[in-house]
Amino acid sequence: MSNAATLHETDVHGHDAHHEHHHHETFISKYVFSQDHKMISKQFIITGIIWAIIGGLFSVLFRLQLGYPDSTFPFLEDILGHWAKGGKIQPEFYYALVTMHGTILVFFVLTAGLSGTFANFLIPLQIGARDMASPMLNMLSYWFFFLASIIMFSSLFVETGPAAGGWTIYPPLSALGDASQGSKIGMDLWLVSMAMFIVSSLLGGLNYISTILNLRTKGMSMAKMPLTVWALFFTAVLGVLSFPVLLSGAILLLFDRNMGTSFFLSDIVINGKILPNEGGSPILFQHLFWFLGHPEVYIILLPAMGMSSEILSVNSRKPIFGYKAMVGSLFAITLLAFLVWAHHMFVTGLNPFLGAFFVLLTLLIALPSAIKVFNWLTTLWRANIRFTPAMMFAIGFVSLFISGGLTGIFLGNSALDIHLHDTYFVVAHFHIVMGVASFFGMFAGVYHWYPKMYGRYLNTTLGYIHFWITIVGAYLIFWPMHYEGLAGMPRRYYDYTGWESFKMFAGLNQFISFVAMIVFATQLLFVFNFFYSIFKGRKVTTQNPWGANTLEWTTPINPGHGNWPGEIPEVFRGAYDYAKDGHEFIPQNVPLGENETESH
Amino acid sequence: MTAILFVAIIVMIFVIIFQIAKASEYVSVLRGEDKARKQNNKINAFLLVAFLILGLIGILYCNDLYYGKTLFPQGSASKEGEKIDLMLYITIGVTGTVFFITQILLFWFSFKYQEKDDRKAHYFAHSNKLEAIWTIFPALFLTVLVVFGLKYWFKMTGEAPKDAIQIEVTGHQFGWEFRYPGADGIFGVKNYKLTSGTDPLGVDFNDSASHDDIHVGGTMHIPVGQPVKLIINSQDVIHDVGLSQFRMKMDAVPGIPTTLWFTPLYTTAQMKERSGNPDFTYEISCDQMCGKGHFSMRGVIIVDTKEDYAKWLAQQKSEYSTLFPAKTDSLAGQKSVTDTTAKPLASR
Repeated sequence: MSNAATLHETDVHGHDAHHEHHHHETFISKYVFSQDHKMISKQFIITGIIWAIIGGLFSVLFRLQLGYPDSTFPFLEDILGHWAKGGKIQPEFYYALVTMHGTILVFFVLTAGLSGTFANFLIPLQIGARDMASPMLNMLSYWFFFLASIIMFSSLFVETGPAAGGWTIYPPLSALGDASQGSKIGMDLWLVSMAMFIVSSLLGGLNYISTILNLRTKGMSMAKMPLTVWALFFTAVLGVLSFPVLLSGAILLLFDRNMGTSFFLSDIVINGKILPNEGGSPILFQHLFWFLGHPEVYIILLPAMGMSSEILSVNSRKPIFGYKAMVGSLFAITLLAFLVWAHHMFVTGLNPFLGAFFVLLTLLIALPSAIKVFNWLTTLWRANIRFTPAMMFAIGFVSLFISGGLTGIFLGNSALDIHLHDTYFVVAHFHIVMGVASFFGMFAGVYHWYPKMYGRYLNTTLGYIHFWITIVGAYLIFWPMHYEGLAGMPRRYYDYTGWESFKMFAGLNQFISFVAMIVFATQLLFVFNFFYSIFKGRKVTTQNPWGANTLEWTTPINPGHGNWPGEIPEVFRGAYDYAKDGHEFIPQNVPLGENETESH
Repeated sequence: MTAILFVAIIVMIFVIIFQIAKASEYVSVLRGEDKARKQNNKINAFLLVAFLILGLIGILYCNDLYYGKTLFPQGSASKEGEKIDLMLYITIGVTGTVFFITQILLFWFSFKYQEKDDRKAHYFAHSNKLEAIWTIFPALFLTVLVVFGLKYWFKMTGEAPKDAIQIEVTGHQFGWEFRYPGADGIFGVKNYKLTSGTDPLGVDFNDSASHDDIHVGGTMHIPVGQPVKLIINSQDVIHDVGLSQFRMKMDAVPGIPTTLWFTPLYTTAQMKERSGNPDFTYEISCDQMCGKGHFSMRGVIIVDTKEDYAKWLAQQKSEYSTLFPAKTDSLAGQKSVTDTTAKPLASR
């Protein structure tokens, strides 16, 4: 049970537990430049929430154009000036909104806001550590994220506008200021901001990996770690190995833009100008981008999967089914995630044999995903389910993952992808499986761990309203888009009214926009709940309000610096001993009974 | 103003919802956490199964509304695209079955196993047999999909038939240009450094093969029933030739020519009848983000009967004869005198 890996001194920060008594914390050192993982996680989530409002608002704005292409909205011109001349969003600005919506939500909200928050908050608490391996690097990880945020935010206000070539910023469009307004200074700011963001992610990821490998408490072998920690571990590995490749692509793009190099450029005539660049390949950028881009979607998905596994089990009062298979499938997904990137490039003209290789691997990755779904379903079978708001979102997560995951099978088959590439089928797929599903995982995590974060509960009625409107709304928005995609309706179009082939969806586009506005407004309800409950939420009065097994519930209700005031608990069992031997739940730090066999 | 009124109403709705939420919280505290939890469980379990049923009905309703608007009822307008439609149906069959089974189980289990006073959860932590079953069966289904999919993929991305008509397609911000090789069947050499106002495709008119090349913008004609191979270029950024009705698509990448081939099955006139839409048009949609005019980069393909196509082709003047009328021979196919007075814009 105990093993060599836990030979380390678990009490290495023991003296720090008494730190608070001697160490006078100023406002700055407690709330601003904090090195406490719990405070840093709150910084991540609050920054993430702010970005989510901005990114969500952008989608409402561009859906206004998509849903009502023949209308004008004078108030838009009042707010946006020349970007909405005559009360109509201009095409260049529309594309900037689409680009920034994607960039903000993928990176700033669903990567930093999801991993940054929960990895920071949960890893030390669930493995029984006082803090991260390097609290200083952890603090820097947040502040690089903050710096990246400032730069990206400032790009929204430059005269030529922010990047507008899609969040995928393919060159030559993103390399040539002559090709698009958004490819002027806005693009340089985007690239520099992302470089800072990547530094933040790397610092965080390295910390998470070192902490999980080295600072587990006595008895917490890797095989006893909660699935949340496993998921966050693999997420960090994905990030550490793939983000640097995006950084290299971004740097080469900066060179092409500003230093006359030709990594991605060749044979170009733009605006009547014949460019001197020769020998470069735009496809090289796509390889570099998607080598991160694909693992990125798993960086977003895995934490949601890990947390949902946890929350489903706790609220079912049953072990998560197939712990070993769950860990194995996380591992398989992580490995395969690095081997499927060119399924985003099936129609670039790449060698068909290469394409076939990626089809094989892409459909292979469906297998561990399927295993997870069946294991979640079996967890619910013969359970005794409590429907907390967190549980609702976890169930919703499974539903959305099924829906979105299955459409991936259409797209991963290259012959079908020929027809479906860059259509609304793709938009429906990634929004359901990555956007909404991961958001549901994030919401489940927030509702479940809020008592630990703030010592108060989020209002449950608002939670239920939030859940129901969002899940119904999300399906109403994204389900019909599959049909638009099957008709070949392209994505990233400002207006479909001039197209005989696509204009018949005008009514549907309007309906989708209308629902989107309602769903966005509902998220504001959640934001309000979040901030209001910090100060006025119902106070938590029991140490373990959910009756869970994991170690974070063995700290005081408001854990201070160092998490446990005394010794860190020792671990004797896995995290999923629910309904075992007639006990409703057995926390990890309870020793095995005399005749008790180890679980799984 | 209506905007302020609108915002005020929204805020009021929010406030009302908030008050209701606060009130329910007080009520649940008064009633006792246990009772409140049980009632919430009952309500939400019911809502989950109601969501399932309404959701399934919604899926059928949505299908009724929109399946007709996808291109599938009409069938593929290209012979090769018929395989894509077949792939689609097989995939819908497989994934659809999985979808219904798993979603129904998810919501049904949630409802059936809601917390009850007399229920105890059943300890069931793992089963290697089950894991094996639901690894092997999905693997089998996926293998079927991969085998079919790759078979058609290699066909579509393979060599075009020998009798395919070749047409060069060039995308640029924000339109499409088409070049036909003329009677000699050979495209004149191009060099992007020769691009100019009068020579927008950068054709080297010193190459005699270019003298019968036909350049049209925006609309291209092809004959029905004969394979056509598109050789696709881009002049500036990445574009994409998207042919929804033909189920075909290929990126246009500056510096790297790509190809795409298919055999049209129906003339434009026939499609007007089949679709019941008198305005039916085969459209080329740009399917790769290319700038602010991306949504307006529309091309048109007119599929003619073989006779009409031949007639149309005969009526086209070669680009060379338009630019250098004095140098052009009246007979097509004869070698023209090399013109030394027209200088390329940039020296090589």
